[in-house]
Amino acid sequence: MQVERTSTLEVRTPEDVVKVRQEVRNRTAVVGFSLVDQTKFVTAASEIARNTIDHGGGGQARVETILLAGRRGVRLTFEDQGPGIASIELAMQDGYSTGGGLGMGMPGSKRLSNEFYVESTLGKGTKVTLVRWKSG
Amino acid sequence: MEQIPILKVGRCLLVSIQIDMHDKLALALQDDLTQKLVETRARGVLIDISALDLVDSFIGRMLSNIAAMARVLDAETVVVGMRPQVAITLVELGLTLTGIQTALDVDRGLALINRLIDAEGDDGAGGAH
Repeated sequence: MQVERTSTLEVRTPEDVVKVRQEVRNRTAVVGFSLVDQTKFVTAASEIARNTIDHGGGGQARVETILLAGRRGVRLTFEDQGPGIASIELAMQDGYSTGGGLGMGMPGSKRLSNEFYVESTLGKGTKVTLVRWKSG
Repeated sequence: MEQIPILKVGRCLLVSIQIDMHDKLALALQDDLTQKLVETRARGVLIDISALDLVDSFIGRMLSNIAAMARVLDAETVVVGMRPQVAITLVELGLTLTGIQTALDVDRGLALINRLIDAEGDDGAGGAH
């Protein structure tokens, strides 16, 4: 797999979440995603960026254009140095929330992505990776 | 500070969200609307989201909260102008927008609100005078 372009953004304030949305919107548009696919991936990014702040105490987002076997896609990596997720299985269930939210963020973002990975170590932090490929 | 304007039109409060809102701005709008509803005794809230290119769980919750608190203050809420790609994404995300009525555009939204208000009677069940 080849990484064609990378940008890194801070994710610490509500305004940063908007910047992440704008970067993902621009990147998916440049890669040639349909309007529906752009919107799906921007929404997924918004959910995970908010989690990075609310549950992880802030962190970084990496936005990459990737190329694999002639297919282009966008990969998002959110990393925080927060308390970690006690049970990833629970966090991935619809309606489960520890932060007073709707519990839609993680499972919803997974549905809006083609690939979705969570790595978390208690006391160390969490890394969430989302990939969406250009369709067609 | 940035703020989303709220206009009074007839018996209705009209809000058109024209920018990509961060979470604090969404919460501020929720508070402002509650305040304005009490001040103006409006009977309806029309929220135009035709300029929004995304509704995530936070904005969705804000819309549901506005509808719920308007209900308590004897007002109807209608959300208009949702873009198709936003609607498709909302469903896949798993959001149901509980308690929110929708219409395709502002004209139909206003007509719906007026029908809802008229059906209830202008005095309202609670009878705040």
